Amino acid sequence: MNAVFYISSLVAVIATALVVTRVNVVHALLYLIVSLLAVALIFFVLGAPFVAALEVLIYAGAIMVLFVFVIMMLNLGARGERRQKALLNPSIWIGPGILAIVLLGELVYVLIGQELPPTSGSEVSPKQVSLALFGPYALGVELASVLLLAGLVGAYHLGRRVAPPRAPSKEDP
Amino acid sequence: MAQVPMEHGLYVAGLLFCLGLVGVLVRRDLLFVLMSIEIMLNAAGMAFVVAGAGWQQPDGQIMFIFILTMAAAEVAVGLALIVQFHHHFKTLDADAARRMRG
Repeated sequence: MNAVFYISSLVAVIATALVVTRVNVVHALLYLIVSLLAVALIFFVLGAPFVAALEVLIYAGAIMVLFVFVIMMLNLGARGERRQKALLNPSIWIGPGILAIVLLGELVYVLIGQELPPTSGSEVSPKQVSLALFGPYALGVELASVLLLAGLVGAYHLGRRVAPPRAPSKEDP
Repeated sequence: MAQVPMEHGLYVAGLLFCLGLVGVLVRRDLLFVLMSIEIMLNAAGMAFVVAGAGWQQPDGQIMFIFILTMAAAEVAVGLALIVQFHHHFKTLDADAARRMRG
């Protein structure tokens, strides 16, 4: 099973690298779905089956469907694609690439000297997760529901078509 | 089930996070920026799940569920903003909005 972890990690990293370098947004979206499915497989082999299912259902399912809807609504043509190609020359990548490599080096450096336990491979069952979720973390669940409500209201408000401004009528003071 | 060292899982999470960071910094198309933010959130959640698998506690998975909720709300509002942006500027280039109306 260790090989499954390393292979799906490789797939996730390659697919993510392709996401940030694609020109066409639909191609990037498909690679992103591959990356999310690979991460779901990593979760499964690490013994977190509930979260693996959530990753497939919500990330690779619901959130990606939202992206597809918006891409269909906006009906982006080849015009934007040409402009994106001009933005992809290597000189733009140097600065952010160096920054990200420095950050990655720091993350690796911090992790090197640590005494971390190996992942034991026994699974943390959905029962344990839900007992903790609705026990000590019940307040977090309530806050998450408020956040979702705020997201719903915000998305509805922002997604409206803006009506053309009314001509001021004579009755208005 | 896999018995990998926890560092390896955290390395993968860090690598995915840095790839998402490069995407946010380099791309100017708002849809790509939003996708890169999703990559970064997913990588952060992955670090939580790996740590939870290491210490055999459910807390890591619970934090991932909260991050997932936050990502869903964030992407709904962000995509609504992108639709409005396209309506105004007829493009998805973030540089189109560099001028304030002040």
